[in-house]
Amino acid sequence: MQQPIAAAPPPVDFAAGKSRVEIRNVTKAYGEEWERQTVIEDLSVTIEPGQLTVIVGPSGCGKSTLVNLIAGFDFPDSGEILLDGRKVTGPARDRMVVFQETALMPWQTTYENVVFGPKLRGDLKGKELHDEAIRLLAKVGLSEFIHKYPLQLSGGMQRRAELARALINNPRIMIMDEPFRGLDAMSRGLMQEFFLRLFEENRRTNLFVTSEIDEAIFLADRLVVLSNRPASMRKLIEIQLPRPRHYTMLSSPEAYAYKRDAMAILHQEAMKSFRSPSSGGKAFKVSGGGGH
Amino acid sequence: MSNAAHTIQSAPVQRVRRRSKFERWVSNETMWRGVVAIIGFLLLWELGSRFDELTGYRLPFIGLVPAPSKVAAAWVTVLPKPGYWWSWYESFKRVLSGFLAAMLLGIPFGLALAVNRYFRDIFFPPFEILRPIPPLAWVPASLIFWPTNEMSIAFVTFLGAFYTIVINVLGGARSIDVRYLRAAQSMGASQWDLFSKIILPGTLPSIFTGAAVGMGITWEVVLAAEMISGGGTQGGGGLGFFIWNSYMGGSLPQIVVGMISIGIAGYLSSSAIRMLGEYFMPWRRLF
Repeated sequence: MQQPIAAAPPPVDFAAGKSRVEIRNVTKAYGEEWERQTVIEDLSVTIEPGQLTVIVGPSGCGKSTLVNLIAGFDFPDSGEILLDGRKVTGPARDRMVVFQETALMPWQTTYENVVFGPKLRGDLKGKELHDEAIRLLAKVGLSEFIHKYPLQLSGGMQRRAELARALINNPRIMIMDEPFRGLDAMSRGLMQEFFLRLFEENRRTNLFVTSEIDEAIFLADRLVVLSNRPASMRKLIEIQLPRPRHYTMLSSPEAYAYKRDAMAILHQEAMKSFRSPSSGGKAFKVSGGGGH
Repeated sequence: MSNAAHTIQSAPVQRVRRRSKFERWVSNETMWRGVVAIIGFLLLWELGSRFDELTGYRLPFIGLVPAPSKVAAAWVTVLPKPGYWWSWYESFKRVLSGFLAAMLLGIPFGLALAVNRYFRDIFFPPFEILRPIPPLAWVPASLIFWPTNEMSIAFVTFLGAFYTIVINVLGGARSIDVRYLRAAQSMGASQWDLFSKIILPGTLPSIFTGAAVGMGITWEVVLAAEMISGGGTQGGGGLGFFIWNSYMGGSLPQIVVGMISIGIAGYLSSSAIRMLGEYFMPWRRLF
């Protein structure tokens, strides 16, 4: 555990995860013409290399849609997403997503889940692959659970297994989509600290999406506050809290100031969703197309 | 070597001895409650059907059913006869052939419906039109268009399991969590990888559910088909025919023997499927 993560030779060199993602004027809408809902509107954010960028926004504001676009599971209607200057055209191992809840394959053991990616691609084999998997599983504290199935693990263990599964692919950027949602407060706090230690070891470019403001401030180098749907950038806050971080920093006056700053915007944005007409209301405005 | 083994044995680690499967079985309260319940049920049945011998008053319905002791006696007389075992063999043969054919055709068909939109657009509508037709409604038609009785029974049996298996496989494959597919795609999975490593194992539970339900339907259909086709020169035999024959011969206890035999046969079949399921899906037998 004392060994820094960078000590072992990474299987593929991606400049040690120091990659930049540029989101340029991205707009994304869903639904048929008459009930089209714009989820993201003209959003431009840069995820800086080696930084932990946290995106926070009111629930339902389009954060998961943004994750899908960056990961390449879906494509923007206009605008573009660039990874180190190259346009994102689909999912690839250079952008690993850790999903909400858990997305470990239930039919594979923890170990099988972790070696899944390299085994598919064949870029890491035999003893090399085995050693790397064992090292990462030890790193996330699951050495004794490698042959358990995901359903036999606790929520926190599942998230850690998923971190190992993503890390073994040595992605250029880690995308965390509300990864600790659904955990109880205690496990959540522990997972946040654990995750920070992992990040601070090698500072791989990281995008972390959450709806929890405390979590956001605790983790972030840069905090992106999104507007209510359709999502666009409301404010970029540079979080200057020193690293390594400790949870007691959350009660410092600086952290409190950041929180008040972000909360003011979030509150404003969240209130909009109460005022704005529902999709049903919008549907009534459309004329023509046959009456009911 | 023996020295090393000795050190391990003499290590002062006190381990709780794991009880054998038999010990756990014997000390299982649920099991004993079940045994008592079955014995109680048999006693009530015995009393009910012998009520007139004791009081001179015959209970309605149950009074006409042969007592378990008479059924047991009939069973003992039937057990050494090869005809009885031949009935088992015939029925099992039909169930297995129909069931296996339904699995072999139904699983790929269901998976193809699930993964390919064009295939689904073309084949799902006719499938849904044919599906509500009960398998037994096919009996007269299949007697006409299949050359032998045996083949028409096999066909009707096949239909019984086929629809259920296809619907279960289709539903199971379509409801696989999209995040599994996405995670695999991010890690570089090809279309074939997605199918073989995500969709197939993800559908296994539904395949076994479909198999268990389908197996039950298969037994129902085989029995009915055997009774309908009667004891002709071909396509005769089987446990269904055994019951029908006992009915024609007026042997009430033997009818019940046939019924219980079918119960046992069905139980054996579903146990086999359950065991296969546990073998192929180790992640489902947790804790």
